Amino acid sequence: MSVVFIPSVLRANVGGAKSLEIDGASIRGVVDALVTQHPALKGQLLSEDGDLNRFVNVYVNGQDVRYLAGLDTPVAAGDEVRLLPAMAGG
Amino acid sequence: MPKSYADLLREARSQIREVSPQEVDALPPGAATIVDVREASEWDQGHIPGAHHVSKSYIEQQIEAIAPDRDAEVILYCAGGVRSLFAAQTMAGMGYTNVASMSQGFQGWKGAGLPFDIPVVLTGDQKQRYSRHLLIPEVGSEGQAKLLASKALLIGAGGLGSPAALYLAAAGVGTIGLVDFDVVDLSNLQRQIVHTTARVGERKVESARIAINALNPDVTVIEHEEMLVAANVERIIAGYDVILDGTDTFETRYILNDAAVAAGIPVVHASVFRFEGQLTTFVPFEGPCYRCLYPTPPPPELAPGCSVAGVLGVVPGILGMLQTNEALKVLLGIGTTLAGRLLLFDALETEFTELRLRRDPACPVCSDEAVEARAAGRPLATTSVGADAPFLLTTTGLAGTVSPEART
Repeated sequence: MSVVFIPSVLRANVGGAKSLEIDGASIRGVVDALVTQHPALKGQLLSEDGDLNRFVNVYVNGQDVRYLAGLDTPVAAGDEVRLLPAMAGG
Repeated sequence: MPKSYADLLREARSQIREVSPQEVDALPPGAATIVDVREASEWDQGHIPGAHHVSKSYIEQQIEAIAPDRDAEVILYCAGGVRSLFAAQTMAGMGYTNVASMSQGFQGWKGAGLPFDIPVVLTGDQKQRYSRHLLIPEVGSEGQAKLLASKALLIGAGGLGSPAALYLAAAGVGTIGLVDFDVVDLSNLQRQIVHTTARVGERKVESARIAINALNPDVTVIEHEEMLVAANVERIIAGYDVILDGTDTFETRYILNDAAVAAGIPVVHASVFRFEGQLTTFVPFEGPCYRCLYPTPPPPELAPGCSVAGVLGVVPGILGMLQTNEALKVLLGIGTTLAGRLLLFDALETEFTELRLRRDPACPVCSDEAVEARAAGRPLATTSVGADAPFLLTTTGLAGTVSPEART
């Protein structure tokens, strides 16, 4: 079980939860489980060809998965996964 | 047996190594710590570039802070080479093994035609106003003089820009540029504390200028009452030492990023949403740029602005002050900035989280390839925010903040 932190802009899609415990051995597994449980997230996290959208950064324990192994980055029990879309407000 | 001045001088000469101004000048930078032991009034008239100042009467109390290593080379100088000999003797008595005195002192240095700095001398009022800065060794009168000579640009005189404008002004940043074309609205005042109820309806740049100058008349305010767009960004940011990005559209953030990277100007970036904020400092080529972090802007439903989604007023306040802290460090050249780190703030939990950021080796703006391409006059293609994100003009309720010019 990893802990996935949901930014407030996406919380409406997961019933308002701030974080969710999600099973998955890789980022792909975690994201798949997440969109299966909360289908409203799918279009926001994944592009049409199934890749992560470029405007949402995903971090595992503070490291950007783009510089690890992308969707194949392994996730261990207790890891912190953070979804981070860009914000513009000033 | 009593000793005369001549006896003491002879004794000091026999114990302390002396070096000539030319020898000191020939040292590689950083090879030795150079300390001026004259009085403050003499230092203010001019000193060797890069030297530290500790009056001879404070050597015992202050030298360890400047030269912590007893075996590193320290060179002392005064006006003519006598006071520095005696000060060096004191240091030798404290266990410094490699301390020398510069013969002929600062007069000899100037006589040899070597370069020197004349520090900015603060006025009596300035010494009082900035006294709490002057007491901090990392700032001091040299740092304060740096701030007074610095130019900071605020993109947006809104939620983030308000605390930034006030604290930069209070800190004595000599020139503050403001980019904003909006007017003060009653709904701004829940967070935009640089403005006032009495100034609702006034131009924001003018309202902010009044507040800045009321706080600190030392500050020159430059009003850029225009939209930041691709066509004017280069002209507006030219000459500024640091930029604080407090805009509320992606379009402006990308335009600013691309121009600031090309101009080599650090951008302190912050954005807010309801109870949350993000903050980082983009130092061109040292850390990632905005496009490394977010290569493309999000779709509208994922990125509403404050005018649609709302924001707790204190959140831009906190983020704006953290931005100012970053900007002051950049201007003073002290501490460690957030370059390469993204700081998240969650006001509901009072929680700060730090994420690691990296430069994108394929970045169309800050990669080596992008720099070469720009130098060759054929910059790499970037995602055009305006074309891809028409939502910026409507859904976020920011109609009017983006010009048709910027969309191309």
